[in-house]
Amino acid sequence: MHSERIARVSWMRVVFIGAVVALTIFAVPRLVSQHAWIALGVAVAVTATLIYVYLSPKRIAARYLIPGTLLLLAFQVYPVAYTIGTAFTNYGDGHRMSQTQAVSELEADSVVERPGAPRYELSVATKDSVSTGPIVFFLTDPQGRVERGDSHGLTAVPDAQVTKDPDTGKVVRAPGWTILNGIQVNARAAQLSTFAVPVEGGFIKSVGLSEAFIGERTLRYDVATQIMTDTRTGVAYRPKAGTFVAADGSGRVLPIGWKTDVGLRNFAAVVTDPSIRGPFLRVLAWTVAFASLSVLTTFALGLGLALALDHPRLRGQRIYRSLLLLPYALPAFISLLVWQSMYNKDFGLLNRLLQTDIDWLGGIWTARGSILLTNLWLGFPYMFLVCTGLLQSVPSELKEAARVDGASSLRVFRSVTMPLLLVGIAPLLIASFAYNFNSYNTIKLLTDGGPFPPGNSTAGNTDILISYTFRLAFGGQGAQYGLAAAISLFIFMLVGLISFAGFRRTRALEEVYAA
Amino acid sequence: MRVRSSLIFATTAVVTAALALSGCSSNSATRAAPSSSSASGTPAPAASASGVPTRDPHTDLVIWTDAQRAPVLQRFARSFAAANGISVSVQAVSTDLQSAYVTATNAGKGPDIVVGATDWIGNLVQNGTIAPLPLTQAQKLAFEPTALKAVTYNGQTYGVPYATENLALFTNTAEATAAPSTFEAMVQNGQAAVKAKKASDPLALQVGQQGDPYTIQPLVGSAGGYIFGTKADGTYDPAKLGVDGPGFVAFAKLLSRYGEKSENVFKRSIDANNAVSLFASGKVPYLVSGPWALPQIKQAGIKYAVSPVPGFAGMGPAEPFLGVQAFYVSSKAKNAPIAQEFTLNYLTRKDVEEALYKAEPRPPALTSAYDDVAKTDPDIAAFHTAGEHGVVLPQIPAMSAVWGPLGIAEAAIVGGADPASAMAGAAAQIKKAVG
Repeated sequence: MHSERIARVSWMRVVFIGAVVALTIFAVPRLVSQHAWIALGVAVAVTATLIYVYLSPKRIAARYLIPGTLLLLAFQVYPVAYTIGTAFTNYGDGHRMSQTQAVSELEADSVVERPGAPRYELSVATKDSVSTGPIVFFLTDPQGRVERGDSHGLTAVPDAQVTKDPDTGKVVRAPGWTILNGIQVNARAAQLSTFAVPVEGGFIKSVGLSEAFIGERTLRYDVATQIMTDTRTGVAYRPKAGTFVAADGSGRVLPIGWKTDVGLRNFAAVVTDPSIRGPFLRVLAWTVAFASLSVLTTFALGLGLALALDHPRLRGQRIYRSLLLLPYALPAFISLLVWQSMYNKDFGLLNRLLQTDIDWLGGIWTARGSILLTNLWLGFPYMFLVCTGLLQSVPSELKEAARVDGASSLRVFRSVTMPLLLVGIAPLLIASFAYNFNSYNTIKLLTDGGPFPPGNSTAGNTDILISYTFRLAFGGQGAQYGLAAAISLFIFMLVGLISFAGFRRTRALEEVYAA
Repeated sequence: MRVRSSLIFATTAVVTAALALSGCSSNSATRAAPSSSSASGTPAPAASASGVPTRDPHTDLVIWTDAQRAPVLQRFARSFAAANGISVSVQAVSTDLQSAYVTATNAGKGPDIVVGATDWIGNLVQNGTIAPLPLTQAQKLAFEPTALKAVTYNGQTYGVPYATENLALFTNTAEATAAPSTFEAMVQNGQAAVKAKKASDPLALQVGQQGDPYTIQPLVGSAGGYIFGTKADGTYDPAKLGVDGPGFVAFAKLLSRYGEKSENVFKRSIDANNAVSLFASGKVPYLVSGPWALPQIKQAGIKYAVSPVPGFAGMGPAEPFLGVQAFYVSSKAKNAPIAQEFTLNYLTRKDVEEALYKAEPRPPALTSAYDDVAKTDPDIAAFHTAGEHGVVLPQIPAMSAVWGPLGIAEAAIVGGADPASAMAGAAAQIKKAVG
């Protein structure tokens, strides 16, 4: 019996380890071909650890710890580390690639067709092998003259040596060469992108499948000095913080930049920039008020309804409960859009029903109130659901005992039901607080942060930290992931501190009631 | 019998699998000869519209477009594929195509061609994701000059334009006179219709709580305002911000006069969600919108006319933004020769641009195609006329720093804020973001 059990377990383990090893073997060639050495190292290390832990008879505790630890590393620690790393760079729109890539993109983008130069009818040809043989161009100019071009230059080809298409003049046969068809040309795309026939002051490049033009590069990079020169104006561009800046003091920059380390610049921007620092405290205050009021109102309404429906002799309890859960069942973003249109001053439902003329989302306090009202509607069913469950878990003997001792219903609720309820619900209230703290959709879809104070579009009066951050990072000149990472690290620390304090309080609560 | 049928099934399965595998391997980078599957000329079906987009690896040409345009392009891609013996796949990216394209292209998983508006060009270029397309001089001259200008950036043409779009004025001809000569006349007509209980508001021009600089632009231009000044070569200069310039401030004062605190023609309660439906349901006699509103208005069955947005009395004509839809070839295209062939020599054909118009009614960017279309479709001709004084929607990346602050200033002025200081505030913020 005993040996059989071990054998069974080992068999499952073998399958598991086998799967892991198979996955690694599958991944290794791909990672090698992509030169992803770090990923390769991680894959090998993880596989080795798993093999050791699950095949060694001694590491029993580790077998239970390792899955959770690996997942924690992959889904919590790695993103945080990556965010921290990004916060020290200028990564974002215009700074997405390496300097080498940026240089080659800039040079490629700078190729212009020589003004007034003719277009050639092109036949791409090769020798020996269609897929690997050397590439040559057979070029027919508008006068019908044929030349053969390779990486050394042009050679005239007498008409007698080739057969031309009578309409276009394109070379269709050249003895000793294989003329590639469209699909074969396309298959050589990688070589064609670097292939050019040098001519006086420029080069001939292919465009499409059967055309070529004389191009000139207007930007030239010097690797030694790292200077990019505009060949038409002679202006030199020097690298500075991930961008080529004109050395003539005009402040002009080249369009493509690269990703580079900028040290503490992003953090400094958060701390010193008045448009970020100024409204930060106001936004933080509203965020805290929004999150805590949302929790309080939803909890109060949810608990109140739960208590009201908790009466054992109430008829139709289930129907009421199901109806109350409806807002929870609708997709939140649809509800938010419907509420947004209900708040419309001239065409909205609310003003028509109430016969009022209130600019709900246009005034500071009405907008804040509207958000809280909508959030209450969205959030109370959850609290109602939780409270209903918890109320049923409060032992009825305790309540009866209190009543026998002469306590009023209010007193029973305050001294027996509520404390027992709080033990269960306190962690959920904290979770709900953290959720609302980052409730981007609610703000984005209802007010988008508005109304904004005059002359300031970075921080609206209903912006919470997350919507404010989003606007700072993505509302300027494209996406600025570096700055976004720095701001989110600040928020991460802030939310972390609040949660830490909150959980300490709950533990204190639990100890009090457990005693 | 049973054994035999299962044997046949197993054999078929193995053969199919082997074929499928060989089909896959024939798509690797070192493919020598055209494989039978790629020569079939039938495009692969479009990818599902949801989820993270990844490039379809099994075809010779991959095109990414938004979800509305995908079925249309699918047909053209198919005929191009059949003519050239290749396979094409058109993939619909339903959410935020531009940033999905930039991210995928930088990761080496992007398409060969992407379709989008020309105000993307600045961002696509600064991220090194699109390559210049050397149109011949003759091809360039065949396009509407503004369409060509819209795809030109830093002196290079980056796209092949196929349709133009701009704002115009829709009139419900049962409620008010069409084609009013000035903005003031239009407001008078509209207010008369409101007085006569034919309508509830004189004009639907979307503002919303956050403002809408695109929709208000025709009137900005009429008052002499501009967002970015131009360099000597006619391209936009991010250093010349005109948002707090005299023309823009003059416009802002008019915006305030027709705002909620006085004439109440511009309202924040009219936004992108309700503007067209207010007009289509007959509640307003005038609407400022683009060709995308046509289907809804036609469906509503009201009598309408399209005319240029009127300028202010004694000022210049309205200057709507001219947007152009264009095809771009990726700088990381795996099939660059075919992609260039498709954009430069197929999409620039008159019959193709006309067919694209039939699938989606916008003025074609190719002059000869437009001339043909305008003869039969008065709406398209009217939109084209409405765009005659238009200005090219800026392609420079700095434009993305403009929309937010400018819109908020616009909404604030409509709501009663001081025009000059609101514009100064917006200008200060844009200048800081542009750097």
